[in-house]
Order: sequence, then C-alpha cells, then structure tokens
Amino acid sequence: MTKAPAVEADAIPAIAIGGLRFRWRPDRPWVLDIPAFALAAGERLFLAGPSGSGKSTLLALIAGIHRTTEGRVAVLGADLTSLSGSARDRLRADRLGVIFQMFNLLPYLSVLENVTLPCRFSAARRARAIVPTGSVQAEARRLLAHLGLDDPGLERRTAAELSVGQQQRVAAARALIGRPELIIADEPTSALDADRRLDFVELLRRECESADAALLFVSHDRSLAGHFDRVAELPALNAAPFAG
Amino acid sequence: MAILTLAGKSLWSRRLTSALVVLAIALSVTLLLGVERLRTQARASFANTLSGTDLIVGARGGPINLLLYSVFRIGDPTNNVNWTSYRTLAAHPQVAWTVPLSLGDSHRGFRVLGTSRDYFQHYRYGRNQPLRLAEGREFEDVFDAVLGAEVADRLGYRLDQSIVIAHGAGEVSFALHDDKPFRVVGVLARTGTPVDQTMHVSLEGIEAIHVDWRGGAPVPGMRLSAEQVRQLDLTPKTITAFLVGLKSKTAIFRLQREINEFSAEPLLAILPGLTLQQLWDLMGLAENALLVVSGLVVLVGLTVMLAALLTGLNERRREMAILRAVGARPGQIFALVLGESLTLALAGAALGVLLLQGALLLAGPALQARLGLAIAGWPPSGHELALLAGVLGCGALAGLFPAWRAYRYSVADGMTIRI
Repeated sequence: MTKAPAVEADAIPAIAIGGLRFRWRPDRPWVLDIPAFALAAGERLFLAGPSGSGKSTLLALIAGIHRTTEGRVAVLGADLTSLSGSARDRLRADRLGVIFQMFNLLPYLSVLENVTLPCRFSAARRARAIVPTGSVQAEARRLLAHLGLDDPGLERRTAAELSVGQQQRVAAARALIGRPELIIADEPTSALDADRRLDFVELLRRECESADAALLFVSHDRSLAGHFDRVAELPALNAAPFAG
Repeated sequence: MAILTLAGKSLWSRRLTSALVVLAIALSVTLLLGVERLRTQARASFANTLSGTDLIVGARGGPINLLLYSVFRIGDPTNNVNWTSYRTLAAHPQVAWTVPLSLGDSHRGFRVLGTSRDYFQHYRYGRNQPLRLAEGREFEDVFDAVLGAEVADRLGYRLDQSIVIAHGAGEVSFALHDDKPFRVVGVLARTGTPVDQTMHVSLEGIEAIHVDWRGGAPVPGMRLSAEQVRQLDLTPKTITAFLVGLKSKTAIFRLQREINEFSAEPLLAILPGLTLQQLWDLMGLAENALLVVSGLVVLVGLTVMLAALLTGLNERRREMAILRAVGARPGQIFALVLGESLTLALAGAALGVLLLQGALLLAGPALQARLGLAIAGWPPSGHELALLAGVLGCGALAGLFPAWRAYRYSVADGMTIRI
C-alpha cells in the first residue's frame, strides 16, 4: 500500500515548521519545541503520539487557532505567525479540512447540511465544490456515496440518528468538500470498532489521494500506520520535556 | 447570512424551549402594550367626555368633586344651586346658553338626570359632536324620559316602556317613586361617555316626583296622583349644577371670577378642560405605576430568555468548536448567539402584538359596554412602536451576555472539544 509521495521538489509544502517553540504563558514550561517538521503537498503522513505529547496543541497551531511567537509555522505557503486571527480563520475556512475524534456534527443540521457546512463559511470552498458536479448538494452526495453513505434516506436525517461510524464518514465528507489542500484528522478512528477503523482509514486515504490533498493523520493506534506514505513520531520531533 | 440560517436551525432544534421563551416574551409584550393602549385611550376618552362647555357652575366645594358629579355622575353634590341664582346668571349678557342639571335619583343603578331641552342642543362631546337620537324624540311631557344608549341596551328597554324612578343613587332602592312612572320617548345614539349611562328627564319631571316628598321620604297622607301634579307649578326650587356657554371665549376668566364672587350664595365655576387635566394628573401616579410594572414584566420575560440561552451554552461548546474548525471566526460565533436572542425577542414581540389584537377583538365590546372605553385595535401608535423598539433593544442587550460568553469559549477552546 505504501508508495513514494508524488511531489515535485519545488512544490510548496503543505506544512513547514522550523524552530517552533510554544508555551501557554511566559511563566509556564515549553509544551512544544520542534526544530523542524514538514509535510509535502499531497503527502499522507501518519503522526504517532501518545496522549500528552503535545498533539492537540500542535494541531491547533497548524489550524491557526493559536499562534506562537517563536519560530515559523507555514501552512500551504502562508506564514501563520505573521497572519492576523481573521486571516488564519480565512485560511482554515478556505483550504483546510478538520476531522475530530468524535462529535463532529452539528446535531441540528441534517447529514447533507453538515457536509456542506464549510461552504457556508468560505466562498472559495463553495466555488470549488460546485465545479465537479454543478452544485454543492450534488458534490456532497457524490462524496457521501464515495464514503459508502449513498442511502438517499440518510442525508435528511440528523446527526444524532447516525451510528458513530456513519458520523465519522460524514465528517470526512465535510472535511473533503470543496477540495481543501490539507486535511487534519485528530484520532478520527478511536471511537470506531477495530474492523471499522481499517475501512475508515482506507476510505479517507483514498479520497485524499483522489482530491490530491495532503493528510496529517494523528493517532496513537500504530496498527493503522501501514496505510500512509510516511510515519512520524511526535515524541521524537518534540524536544520539549513537558508536554500536554 | 449563513450565521442567521444556522441560528434559526439551532433554535428550531430546541423548539420547545424556544417556544416557551417566545411565549414568555409575547405575554409580557401583550401586557406592556395593553397597559399602554388602555392608558392612552382612557385618557383620550376621558378628555372627550365634554366639549364646547366653557364653565361648569355648582355649589361651592372642590372643583374635582363638581366635575365628577356633574359630568361623570360620580359622587354627590354637597349643596344645590338656587333656581333664582341660576336664572340670574343665565341672563348675564356674556352668557350665550346654559344647561341646568339636576341629579339625585336613579333607575336600577343608572343615574337620572333632570335637565332642559337645551341639553340636547348644547351638550357636546369628543370633537364638538352633538348628541343624536337613535330613535324617538326629545322629552316634551313631564313624564317623558330619554335613555342613554347603554341604559337602553343593558335593560333591554324600547320606546313606550314604562319606568319607575328610585330615590337616591343606589343599585337597590327601597324608596320608589312608583306612583309616577315615566315613559321612554327616545334613545340617544352611543357616545362612549357617561351620557350613555344616564336616563334623561325634564326638570319638571324631577320636581313632579318630589312635590309630595319632604326630606327624602313621602309625606304621609299627602299622595298626589300624576294628573294632580300636572296642574301644579313645577318650576324647580334648586338644581345641582349648570353648564355655561359664552358668547366670547375671552370672557371666561372674568365670568368665572364673577360667579365665584356671586353675592346671593356661594358658587363655584370651573373650566372643564383644566379640571379634567387636574383630575388626570391625580390618576397619573397609578397610571405610571402600572406602566412600570408591565415594563418589569418585560424584563422578566427577557430574563427567561437569558436563562434559557445561558443554560444551553455550556452544552453547546462542542458546537462552537465544530464551527471554529470549519472556519467560523469568533465574531461569527458571537453573531450566532446574538442572532438567536434577536430572533427570540423579535418573534416574542410580534406574537405579543398579535395576542393584543386578538384580546382587543374579544374584549373590546365588553370594555366599551362596561367602561365606555372605545379601544381601537390596529395600528400601533408611535409610542407603542417606540416601546416595541425598546423591547427589541433590551433583547439585544440581554443577548450580548451569552454571545460574549460564547465568544470567550470559542477563543479559549478553539477546536478542542470540551464535553
């Protein structure tokens, strides 16, 4: 399954981190100290890290929720340390897809509305979603069908009526809609049964491949690592003694 | 725009709570607008009771008391005015017309007013509107009676009905002038003033039923029949009060002073508009208290909304994190929660206005009949619109707090899902 990343040498990397140090307050110890880390465009990386290794903090920095003053965090060519909060929000809305561990969906929206949610916040995302099939809804249906959720009765249901496995696949469709260039998945399989996990990872990897999106897949479950282009260990990257 | 749709869907998903919040706000708005409507229309209808009269003259006493008994048929005079004084003043060169009023008897709770036919010509209400007969004619005979619209409606009286007048003003009376019944010859059109609740007879009629009475009771052994009474001189000795119209308005204060200094007996002349204003100011305190209380009820309604939104907020931190992850700015999270407050307040205010219209449609006829208050429904007045805007403003203000909390959560939590 593993293959070499199909990346040209001069392409802008999805993530480029250099000399990053982060702490919550000046009087607290460093949580992250990452001299160098990179994710190439279109590369699919398995980032292994036990809980408490600074995983969530790193993802929040990459997603532009938090900002550090030491070092450089560049996402899709944009230097997040120099961008304003709203510019970082815009970058996330336009070019990033995020999948959580669980509870990914808004309970008061239907499945279809949940999938198209990013298009409400980003015109660029909306414009790109319309290209392949002509409408945002058709694109959402196409993604759902790809992820094995093509039951027409399903899309009108609310999130609460779905199984956890179905919810995670809806979340994947939402992260993928409008062709974001980077997908961040934070332990997306930990709430799934063992045999569902492999299915989900394979689906997600395949969809990222066909959308040409880079994938940063964070998990402590090493049995999934074989599905990715590359595997990295967060404790090895992070020089900070205390994390989490 | 995206945010408002989300706010709507979010509220709909909590529709039971949302509906109760909307209902609480709606009821408080109904109360507020209802009190305001009642207040202004009562004031208007109050000021419309009498117009065109320059002075009201009665025995010396309190001006408000004189106004109350002569115009509103409330309370009793302390003293009467002598017929000779009345005739003297009626002949004053500045006086254009006078209408004598004689009170003290009743018919089944409705006051009986003895007056002259000038009453029908000169009594004005509202914007100088004259009295109009709905059916029949003015009284001519001693024992003719003309009913106010409400008297006729409530008692179901028609023309030619025979009526017995009771002595005194109570609903139940043991002293009846039952030997001299009156006959209904006319019914006045509705005015929305105390005239509707009055039975009108001639001054001679009042005199006739009292000729064989002394000191509030029939004189034993001296019963005169109606026919015998007709032969007597029925010019009254006293009247209760009289209305005065002047030839020139400029003479009002001069004549008022002249009457107040009248040498033959102590009299009091009042300007009806001025005294109406004094009376209303007296009631202004209660009126304002009512408005303040209904304003507080609106605050209670908005507090219910605040409680509902704040309770929900902690459970919704997950929702905020998801919205942040798909690219919502903290400002949009703020707008989402504020939008929910505004939607609730707006829906509550709109429903409140509708409820008030419904209530007025149902209760309007009863208010008109019982209190003589004509409460118009649509449209809301400028002041009511200002009150509604105030409610919405307070709703937005109340919504700022949960919106600010949500904003803080979304900044602090980021994409971290806290449960």
